[in-house]
Amino acid sequence: MATLQVELVAADRQVWSGEASMVLARTLDGDIGVLPGHQPVLGILVDGSVTIRATDGTIEAAVHGGFFSVSENRVSILAETAELASEIDVQRAEKAAVRARQDGSQDDLDRAETRLRVASL
Amino acid sequence: MGAQLRVYRRRIRSVRATKKITRAMELIAASRIVKAQGRVDAARPYALELRRAVSAAASQAASIDHPLLVSGVESKRAAVLIVTSDRGLAGAYSTNALKESEALSRLLVQEGGEEVISYLFGRKALGFYSFRNRPIAGSWTGQTDAPTYEQAREIADALLAAYNTDASEGGVDEIHVIYTRFINMGVQEAAVLRILPLAVVSASAADAPTGAMALYDFEPSAEMVLDALLPQYVAQLIYSCLLEAAASEHAARRRAMKSATDNAEELIKSLVRAANAARQAEITQEISEIVGGADALSDATAGSE
Repeated sequence: MATLQVELVAADRQVWSGEASMVLARTLDGDIGVLPGHQPVLGILVDGSVTIRATDGTIEAAVHGGFFSVSENRVSILAETAELASEIDVQRAEKAAVRARQDGSQDDLDRAETRLRVASL
Repeated sequence: MGAQLRVYRRRIRSVRATKKITRAMELIAASRIVKAQGRVDAARPYALELRRAVSAAASQAASIDHPLLVSGVESKRAAVLIVTSDRGLAGAYSTNALKESEALSRLLVQEGGEEVISYLFGRKALGFYSFRNRPIAGSWTGQTDAPTYEQAREIADALLAAYNTDASEGGVDEIHVIYTRFINMGVQEAAVLRILPLAVVSASAADAPTGAMALYDFEPSAEMVLDALLPQYVAQLIYSCLLEAAASEHAARRRAMKSATDNAEELIKSLVRAANAARQAEITQEISEIVGGADALSDATAGSE
């Protein structure tokens, strides 16, 4: 079976790259699932989680300010910041959430909560 | 010990201490170049994928007049972001960037009749401008040796806000960046990059060797995708300029500190020679004084007998 070549890239580093059977992401219009052979798509992601069904297990990642493109079984997920669920420092994210609540910064709060949600998956 | 010899010894000690410092700075800068280059490399996949996506979107949305793509009929005001270092002791690194910016400003003012708005990155540029009491539209300092994406984003937001404002209301029609290109360890040069209006259409031709681009579907629409992509593309361009400038800064500092160390070595060598000569002169003088004294003494005793 054909597989997808997936690249998850943040602005300052390559977060993950490998083969996968499916990619799930949430765009402005709603959830989208990409299987091998999907037609070329370029879409904007809302801040949240991206699920990659890799050949060796499922990978969850929190993305912020991202978009994705699919063409010829290549999926690139680009985000200004991206973190794998396993990389997320839960304590730091909790602290960031508390701080954001105190400062009343909705953007930071959303970001911290996304990370906490993804980490708990 | 003679006064002259003491002065020489003191200078040798002080130059040796300076040499130790410059040597340490040279080694630190050398290790940081590698790190900075690593960051440039790490940012490359994002730049590549982003450029591909932007050119895909732009090629299919060619009929759309996106404000970031369209060159203004006549540019009245131009923003210039000058990337320099926070700290000195990097040779002519900051001076070269500032010199390049002066040349660009002159060109813009004389040939285009444009007004130049300055945005500054790095304390050296800030010092240069505030010393001359020039107006500053925005400045960022404190992170020139390891710029973060957040900072690049902040700069991009400020520049985009100015770009999206009408020129008559204090906005700008063009954005240029002056940064120092890292060519190799030995060569870095100040360069000008026009960031806005974007010239992505030419990039699409270079990136599509197979000819036609795949026909993309856009979620939710080509316009909205382009709207979201272009600011990110601008931020990424600025980020890569900052990263490259940081690598150049470390390379310039390493070179400056290497020649400082070499000069200190030369200076120590000539000072040691002078100190040796002074010591020998002192000894010779003492001997001749003793011999002269002994002669005078024996002459005196010979006379009394």
